[in-house]
Amino acid sequence: MNAEQILFILFGAVSLIGAVSVISFRHPIYSALSLVVTFFAQAGLFILLGAHFVAAVQVIVYAGAIMVLFLFVIMLLNLGTLSAKGAIGPKLKGFAVILGILLAIEGIYIAVNSANDTAVAAAETATGTTTTYQIGELLFSKYLLPFEVTSLILLAALIGVIVLVKRESQEEN
Amino acid sequence: MPLEYYLVLSALLFTIGVIGVLVRRNAIIIFMCIELMLNAANLAFVAISRSLGEANGQAGQVFVIFVMAVAAAEVAIGLAIIVSVFKHRQTINVDEVNSLKG
Repeated sequence: MNAEQILFILFGAVSLIGAVSVISFRHPIYSALSLVVTFFAQAGLFILLGAHFVAAVQVIVYAGAIMVLFLFVIMLLNLGTLSAKGAIGPKLKGFAVILGILLAIEGIYIAVNSANDTAVAAAETATGTTTTYQIGELLFSKYLLPFEVTSLILLAALIGVIVLVKRESQEEN
Repeated sequence: MPLEYYLVLSALLFTIGVIGVLVRRNAIIIFMCIELMLNAANLAFVAISRSLGEANGQAGQVFVIFVMAVAAAEVAIGLAIIVSVFKHRQTINVDEVNSLKG
């Protein structure tokens, strides 16, 4: 067992435990903090895969910006007192878990079978790392149009949030 | 590390996200589960992009950057909607916010 396998098991276990905690904690703040743990573990997995830039973006954008938004909204709405009745009955819950297990079996089946696919025949992952330079080169040449469209999406989100919040404040006046 | 291990982990994380969306009724936690599913997809993207090798192995990582940008926009809009729903209804339980139900 080499270091990479040990680190994979460590990060994978931490991310799975964090993900289970997200859906099992009653209080939304604890769920949000578990989600941060999961994001950090996944950043570790990205580093194992040689995707250093993606790992850095994962920590900065997900664990930083997005989780701050979540925590800010949870604290703004003071949701701790409301979430006590925030779950469904045990019968439906059991049904959901059975459906989830079926989905997991399907996913694992596809994942294991994909090794036989010719496109992913080189299943043993390579050793090289991707530099930020390579990603930037692709982003600004081959994927320039999607990149620009992404900026439009962000602009639309910005305008949408302003409109949503502004209408609220006008109705209150 | 074999590619399948990463794909199985990704499938498990995605499944946990799906179970969360089905089980929890708190809109914010449902959002977190959606983030979980997007992250599972990102993990599969990076793992497969690595297994494709040096020649065309970076496209998956570029896609992950796009997914993250879309996720950030989605979270901003979604949380704004949640805040405005909460102002009107004083609840974010998705079972009680059912005016759009047919």
